Amino acid sequence: MRRLLLCPPDYYGIEYEINPWMDRAHNAVPEMARAQWTRLRETLQSLGCQIELISPQPNLPDMVFTANAGLVSGKKFVSSKFRFPQRQGEEAYFEKWFLEHGYQAVRTSDDLYFEGEGDALFCGEVLFCGYRFRSDIRSHQKIGDALKCLAISVELVQDRFYHLDTCFCPLSAESAIWYPAAFDEYGQRAIRHHVRDLIEVSPEEAAHFACNAVVLGKDIVMSENSPKLGAALQRRGFRTHELAMTEFIKAGGACKCLTLFI
Amino acid sequence: MFSEQIELRGHIIDSLILPKVLDEILTNGGSFSIREINIGKQRHDASYACIDVFGPSPEIVDALVRRLRQHGAEVVEQKDVTLVPAPADGVFPTDFYVTTNQQTFVHLRGKWIEALPATMDCAIAVDVEKQTAWTVKFSQVRTGTLMAVGHHGIRVVPVQRSTDRKSVFEFMASNVSSEKPKSAVIREIAEEMRMARKKGGKILVVAGPAVVHTGAGEHFEKMIEWGYVNLLFAGNALAAHDIEQALYGTSLGVYLEKGALADEGHENHMRAINAIRAAGGIAQAVAKGVLRHGIMHCCVQHKIEFVLAGSIRDDGPLPEVIIDTLAAQRAMRTKIEGVTIALMMGTMLHSIAVGNLLPAHVKTICVDINPSVVTKLTDRGTFQAIGLVTDIEPFLRELTEFLAKKEAGSVAVSA
Repeated sequence: MRRLLLCPPDYYGIEYEINPWMDRAHNAVPEMARAQWTRLRETLQSLGCQIELISPQPNLPDMVFTANAGLVSGKKFVSSKFRFPQRQGEEAYFEKWFLEHGYQAVRTSDDLYFEGEGDALFCGEVLFCGYRFRSDIRSHQKIGDALKCLAISVELVQDRFYHLDTCFCPLSAESAIWYPAAFDEYGQRAIRHHVRDLIEVSPEEAAHFACNAVVLGKDIVMSENSPKLGAALQRRGFRTHELAMTEFIKAGGACKCLTLFI
Repeated sequence: MFSEQIELRGHIIDSLILPKVLDEILTNGGSFSIREINIGKQRHDASYACIDVFGPSPEIVDALVRRLRQHGAEVVEQKDVTLVPAPADGVFPTDFYVTTNQQTFVHLRGKWIEALPATMDCAIAVDVEKQTAWTVKFSQVRTGTLMAVGHHGIRVVPVQRSTDRKSVFEFMASNVSSEKPKSAVIREIAEEMRMARKKGGKILVVAGPAVVHTGAGEHFEKMIEWGYVNLLFAGNALAAHDIEQALYGTSLGVYLEKGALADEGHENHMRAINAIRAAGGIAQAVAKGVLRHGIMHCCVQHKIEFVLAGSIRDDGPLPEVIIDTLAAQRAMRTKIEGVTIALMMGTMLHSIAVGNLLPAHVKTICVDINPSVVTKLTDRGTFQAIGLVTDIEPFLRELTEFLAKKEAGSVAVSA
């Protein structure tokens, strides 16, 4: 059974602007956000996931995006060091939660930014890591050392796809969904070299956060409005579960950003 | 040229970060030299690269390094060069740094200082207060002069291949032996000389007496007249036989016109030397009308600087010949600044001497009838040298023909 950490959207809202999606004049509607989050939680539960919850904290509206809290491998928790001060307050709460739940905390370095599963995703045994907008590439090497894995660093070049999980989603050890234009030429080549089957997402569907999906074996929980990707996944034998994520896309996140594999 | 040393760590090969960093350096006006590289043995092992990044200005290097830091590059804190005073006049400290003919910097109080001029087989003297460094020969060092020792805080900038025009110095994979056609190469050399003249680079010719013996003097004079020679280094023999030819029509007693031996011809070069000694020197002989033709006459007429370095077998020598070899070496060193092309013809002795003084970026052409001389001269650890195994006269004849076409072309354009 897969365990996922979620954070209820009690304090969620667009209170600052730290990525191109955020606009304080265009805030999330709390009731809708709550409904969309609840639907996600129920969907994940219905697919057999065990959901853990962390208590939301006032003045930390983005804590709902638990994917950015860190990276879990076995019982090791590599905690994040957020680039923006607006989110740095989340670090202590997440670290405390993991320590209380029997995880061994690993910190990359106090001066290296790293934003968890937002910028680090395992595709089989290879850890793909995004850098430039949020995470510092030098954190990747420390994580590779700590987890004894091959860490492939790829540069993100479009600020609307500021985290790796907004443009890349591993499906299995050999396949992934991606939006190539979000990477530079070298990153594209590195991904192509290591991942045999790549499903390319169109610019329109990438903008609907099609890549920000939660993969549970053959079940894919993803945001709605990505019919081409849905069809491509179904052709490969996946079952897609499409959810409305409009209120979270306003902050630059969707299904994957709201969940952390633990 | 300014530089900074960076390190890259991590899965820089699988992530293509290393090629990306190297490409970024080149596309942003820099160049690089990989100092050290360690590739991880296991899949999860990190790799390591230590790279010297070079650029034409400190600003370009800073901007480059800022960009590279985004890709994980860390700037290496440099240690200052180790300095030890020279123990005696003419003696370097033990473990002194021996220079190459490539551009070299020493790290002093946080800055990279270029050791000038780039000369091989020297040591580096440093003035800490003035923040200057210079290459010195044994004869130039005095007791207490601070000298660079060891290898810390010393950096060598390799000569980069030019990215613009594909020059003859780059496409030539080997020397041109006597069996290979030479026209295409000579045409390219003519083009290089024309470009050097256009850009204000100095052309140095190092010539042996074979230039005169083979009857190539007239071609050489044309080159001087057309402005393709800015500096001449030679020995007593070139000048003596050129003057012999000018005064008596013979070179080593052989009539150049007829190829026949002159009666008592062996005396001619001695009489020629005596005539110049009597006049007080070559320039004076030209001024007095004693010397009216030939290469040396042409040099004086066109105010081409020359250094005549003496050797133990010289007859005379002519008054201009510098018989103190260290003084001759110093005279040559002071004049080579600004030289971009060196054409060395028919002299192993002077060519090697000059080759040792030239920085690696100077394009060097060696022409000799003896293949081993050509190999010796071009095998100097730089790709900027080409060699042709040929007699001097046909080489210079063809070179001047190509240059003449250029001259005709430029006249037509200016008309």
